[in-house]
Amino acid sequence: MITSTLLLTIALSPLVGAIIAGLFGKQVGRGGAHTVTILGVAISTALSLYVLKLIAMDGHPAVNMSIYTWFEIGSIKAEVGFLVDSLSALMMCVVTSVSLMVHIYTIGYMKDDPGYQRFFAYISLFTFAMLMLVMSNNFMQLFFGWEAVGLVSYLLIGFWYKRPTAIFANLKAFLVNRVGDFGFLLGIGMLLAYLGTLDYATAFARAPELVGQTFTPWGSTEWAVPTVICILLFIGAMGKSAQVPLHVWLPDSMEGPTPISALIHAATMVTAGIFMVARMSPLYELSETALSFILVIGAITALFMGLIGVVQNDIKRVVAYSTLSQLGYMTVALGASAYSAAIFHLMTHAFFKALLFLGAGSVIIAMHHQQDLRRMGGLSKYMRVTWITAWVGTLALIGFPGTSGFFSKDAILIAVQHAERPGATFAYICVLLGVAITAFYSFRMLYLAFHGKERFGHDNDHAHDAHHDDHGAHDDHHDDHGHHSGPPHESPWVVTLPLILLAIPSLLIGAFTAGPLLFGNFFDGAIFVAEGRAPLAEMAQHFEHGPLAFALHGFITVPVWLALIGFGVATYIYLFNPAVAEKAKQVLAPIHRILDKKYGFDELYQALFARGSVAMGKLFWQAGDQAVIDGALVNGSAGLVARTAFAIRRLQSGFLYHYAFMMILGLIVVIGAFALLQ
Amino acid sequence: MIPLNWWLILAAMLFCISVAGIFINRKNIIVLLMAIELMLLSVNMNFVAFSRYLDDMAGQVFVFFILTVAAAEAAIGLAILVVLFRNRRTINVGELDSLRG
Repeated sequence: MITSTLLLTIALSPLVGAIIAGLFGKQVGRGGAHTVTILGVAISTALSLYVLKLIAMDGHPAVNMSIYTWFEIGSIKAEVGFLVDSLSALMMCVVTSVSLMVHIYTIGYMKDDPGYQRFFAYISLFTFAMLMLVMSNNFMQLFFGWEAVGLVSYLLIGFWYKRPTAIFANLKAFLVNRVGDFGFLLGIGMLLAYLGTLDYATAFARAPELVGQTFTPWGSTEWAVPTVICILLFIGAMGKSAQVPLHVWLPDSMEGPTPISALIHAATMVTAGIFMVARMSPLYELSETALSFILVIGAITALFMGLIGVVQNDIKRVVAYSTLSQLGYMTVALGASAYSAAIFHLMTHAFFKALLFLGAGSVIIAMHHQQDLRRMGGLSKYMRVTWITAWVGTLALIGFPGTSGFFSKDAILIAVQHAERPGATFAYICVLLGVAITAFYSFRMLYLAFHGKERFGHDNDHAHDAHHDDHGAHDDHHDDHGHHSGPPHESPWVVTLPLILLAIPSLLIGAFTAGPLLFGNFFDGAIFVAEGRAPLAEMAQHFEHGPLAFALHGFITVPVWLALIGFGVATYIYLFNPAVAEKAKQVLAPIHRILDKKYGFDELYQALFARGSVAMGKLFWQAGDQAVIDGALVNGSAGLVARTAFAIRRLQSGFLYHYAFMMILGLIVVIGAFALLQ
Repeated sequence: MIPLNWWLILAAMLFCISVAGIFINRKNIIVLLMAIELMLLSVNMNFVAFSRYLDDMAGQVFVFFILTVAAAEAAIGLAILVVLFRNRRTINVGELDSLRG
C-alpha cells in the first residue's frame, strides 16, 4: 500500500540528512555528516525499491495525491502532491540508487577536502530536489524541483569556489539554464492559459482540446497551440538536458568534483528533461512538428557532441561529451515517439555512465588529481577493480550485445528507423554514425588510461605543472599528496564498492527489464503513445525469443558492426600504432581544429551574448544612466535651476528703494487689475 | 465744513510724497524711515476723515493703534539703524546692498 507517509519519507529523508550535515556540519563532524546523509538516502532507496516492487510486480495502481495546498488563486491551485506510477517509480529508484552509490563513493573521493560536510549536504539536497521533481503531480512542483536541482548543480559545479574556472563554469551553467527555463516557464504559462490547470491528470485529460486551436503571436502568423506549448517545454528540457545549442554548460560543469559529475551531470539531473518530455507524452503526441523538432535536435546532439569527445584529452571531458551524445540518443527516442525506449536508455545510461564517471574519478584519485589522458596509460595492472569495471561501463556504453546499453540503444535505433516523420532519416543516419563514434572515443579513453605505455613520469614535474587547469583543485584540497609520489594504487573500498555495485546493473539490467519496459505494459497509463504509432513493434518481433536470442541476433545487425568498426579503429590506433593518431591529427588538421574548438559555440556565445550584453549594459550605462538619468534628469534639473537663478538674481539689486518700488508697482498692478475687472 | 474730498486729496498727496521719498532718496536711511512714518500718517488722515464723515468712532480708535505701532516701529527702526551704523560706519542707502544677488 502506497501511503502519503511512505512517499513523504522517501522525499524528505535526504532533506533531513542535508539539513543536519549542512547546518550542523561542525557539530556532527565528518563521520556524522556522511553517516546521516547516507542513512537518509539509503532509506529513500529502500523505500523506492519497495514502491517499484509494489507497482511493477504486485500490480498496485498508480497513486495520485495532493499533500498540501500552497495557495489558491481563483481556479488555479498550487499544490504539493505526488504522482507515483511506473514512470516515476522507476525514476525514483534510478535517482536514489545512483545517489546512494555516489554518497558512498564520496567518502573516498573527498576524504581530504575541507568542504566534506558541505558536499554531503549538497548531494543529499540534490537527491531531495530530484525526488520532488520526478514524484510531482503538477507543473508547479515540477518547476520548483527543476529549479532546485539547477541550484544545487550550480552550487556543486562551483564547489571549489576558489578556482576561477569553477566559478566561470557554474555561472555559465546557471545562465544557460536560465535560457532554457525561460522557455519552460513560458510553456507552463501557456498551458495554464489554455487549460487553466497545473495538475498533470487534469491537463492531460483535457489536452485533446488544444488540437486545432491556434495562437497568434503577431500579425497574421498563426501557430498551433500544442506545437508551441511542446516546443517551449522542450526548450526547458534542452537547457536541463544539454541539447544543442544549449549544451555548452555541461562540459564546463566538469569543474565540479567527480562524484557530482556522475550523479548530477550524467545520471540524474541532466535526464530531467528526458523524463519531463516522457511525462508530458500526452501533450507531445498532439504535435507532430514538435516531435520532429525534438528528433532533429537530438540527432544533432547525438552525433556532433560525440565527435568532440574524440579529440578531448581530459578524461572527465571525454565522458562529459559522451553524456551529451547519449542524452542526444534519448532525445531522439522521444522525438520518435519511443518514450519508453528513452526512459529505458535513461535508466541504463544512469548506471553505466555513473560507473564510467566514478571510474574516471577513481583513476583521478590514483593519478593524484591528474586528469590528462596523455599522462596516463598502463593503469590496468595497478588498479584491477577500476579497470574491469571501466571495461564493463565501456561495453555497455557502446552497446555490446547482451549489456544493458545494447538493449536500450538498439531500441532507440529501431524506433528511429521506423519513425515516419520529417527528419527521421537524418536522425537515423546521425544515430547510426554516432554508434561508431561512441565506440571509438570510448575505447580511445579506455586504452589511453588503462593500456599501452605508462606515460606518467615520476620525475618530470615540469610538464605536470603545465596542466594548471586540471590541477587547480590540488592547491585547495590535496596539498598533502605531493607531486606524483609513488606509483598509482587501487582506490579504497568505499570507491571500488560503488563501482562494482554499478557494474552489475550496467551489465545485466537491460536483459532483465527490456521485455516489460519496452514491449510489455509496464508504462501503461504513465506514457501515452498515439494510436497507430508503434515505433518498437518490429523490435518486439525479434524479442519474442527472449533477451539472450535477441542479443545473439544483435551480432548480425548494422549498429553492432558499426560499433565494432569504431572499436577496431580505436584498438589499432591507440593500442598497436599510436603514431597513426599523430599522423591523423596532422592530415585532418582543419577538422581537428573545428572539433577542438567545439564548433565555436563557446566563442560565438562569448562574442554574441556575453560581449553583447556587456555592450548593451555599457550602452544603457552611458546613454541611459549617465546621459539621461544623471545628465538630463538629476544634474540637468539642478543645472536648469542654477541657470535660471543666475539670470533672475540680477533683479536682486540689494537696494531697498528698488524693492519698495517693485512693491508699489505690484500693488498698483493688482489694484488696477482689480479695478478694471470690477 | 471742509469737504471729504479735500482731506482725501491731502492724504493722497502725503502718501505720494512719502513714496517718492522712498524711491528718490538715495542718501540717508533716516529720511527713508521718515517717509515711512509719513506714509502711515497719510493713512491716518484718511481714517480720521472717514470717521468724521461717517460719524463712526472706530476709525479714530484705529488711528491710535496705528500711532502706537508706528512709535514702536520707529524705536526699533532707529535702534537697528544705530547698530547698522556701528557695523558699517555708514547709513548711506546707496552703499547698503548686501542683499544683491
